[in-house]
Amino acid sequence: MKTMQTNVVTPDGSVFDGQVEMVSVRTIDGELGILPNHLPLVTPLSIGAVRLKESGNVRLIALSGGFMEVRSDEVNILAESAELPSEIDVTRARAAKERAERRLEQAKQDNIDFRRAELALKRAVNRLDVAEK
Amino acid sequence: MASLKEIKTRIGSTKKTKQITKAMEMVSAAKLNRAQGKAESFQPYTEKIREVVASIAQGSEGASHPMLEDRPEIKKTGYIVITSDRGLCGAYNSGLLRETMNLIEQRHSSQDEYGLVVLGKVGRDFFKKRNMPIFQEITGLADQPDYSDIKNIAETTVQMFNDEVFDEVYIHFNHFVSAISQRVTEEKLLPLTTLAKEAAAEEASGPTPNYLYEPDPETILERLLPHYAESLIYGSLLDAKASEFGARMSAMRSATDNADNRIDELTLSYNRARQAAITQEINEIVGGAAAQN
Repeated sequence: MKTMQTNVVTPDGSVFDGQVEMVSVRTIDGELGILPNHLPLVTPLSIGAVRLKESGNVRLIALSGGFMEVRSDEVNILAESAELPSEIDVTRARAAKERAERRLEQAKQDNIDFRRAELALKRAVNRLDVAEK
Repeated sequence: MASLKEIKTRIGSTKKTKQITKAMEMVSAAKLNRAQGKAESFQPYTEKIREVVASIAQGSEGASHPMLEDRPEIKKTGYIVITSDRGLCGAYNSGLLRETMNLIEQRHSSQDEYGLVVLGKVGRDFFKKRNMPIFQEITGLADQPDYSDIKNIAETTVQMFNDEVFDEVYIHFNHFVSAISQRVTEEKLLPLTTLAKEAAAEEASGPTPNYLYEPDPETILERLLPHYAESLIYGSLLDAKASEFGARMSAMRSATDNADNRIDELTLSYNRARQAAITQEINEIVGGAAAQN
């Protein structure tokens, strides 16, 4: 099957670099799957899991927002943070989740702390999802 | 001349100091290596963002964004100053702070015209003592900081520009030239006018792929530009950290060399003093014997 070069880069260095058959991501508008020879595309990503399909295996990466740039034979994902399941600190994510949930109960809806806690919760849940799959 | 015992004590203490400076030199060299590696692995990230922004800016839609344009009137200027938390690194901090003070004094007549965002304890204490307006500060950064460590301060600073608290933002740090030399550097962070210029230059040099934008170029710029500015702050921090270790390494090396010289001098005067004492003793014996005859 045709493959394309895929890079997942964060400010702290490269997380993934290799050939994959399909990339599927969550954009701010919904899920998006990319196959080789896609038209050049740029899109922002929301907090979610990236799925990289390589020779039958699916590799998951937990992403905390970022961008994807697609060229015909190359996909670049730029993320603030990206972690492979093995790199995720489950206890820390769980603690973050609980903390965020507590804050959500206390904070008022329109307040900036509320939005922050909401994002923190999303990130934590996403990490846990990826780690447990 | 100092007594034999005194000189011996001084040789001993200088030797101990030398051990410490030597160890610090080696530790800094190791940290410098890692800091350089970190700065390198960060490069591709900004490169890519720059490429994408450039290609959007040169697209036929002519998408624009307030972060890319100069403001007509500059009411307040923000300065991000990156210093270290600890001393013992030669002129690393003092050179930078002196330069920053000079520039601020030249450009601004009152404290209402500028605000400071300070990274590092040395800079914070320096500006605090002079009662200068510090808007934000962060101290106790790790030697090899992660992006998440400064994400908050970077985000807030960029937000301050967008909220028009600041109309332009400069960043001051020691740029890493080589392991033995650093240069005090001022870079204009916001607005990102250089980026727009580079994009225009690239357009002249050749075509880049014609991207589809999902959902549209404006939304992408809206999200991409703050990211880019934040990552530039992080990049400068990594650069400054590498410089810090370089500066500390050379400061410690010259301290070690000085200690070596000092030990040589002291050993010489110790030997002289010992010789003088022996000669005097012989004289006394000879004198005593002569008196008996």
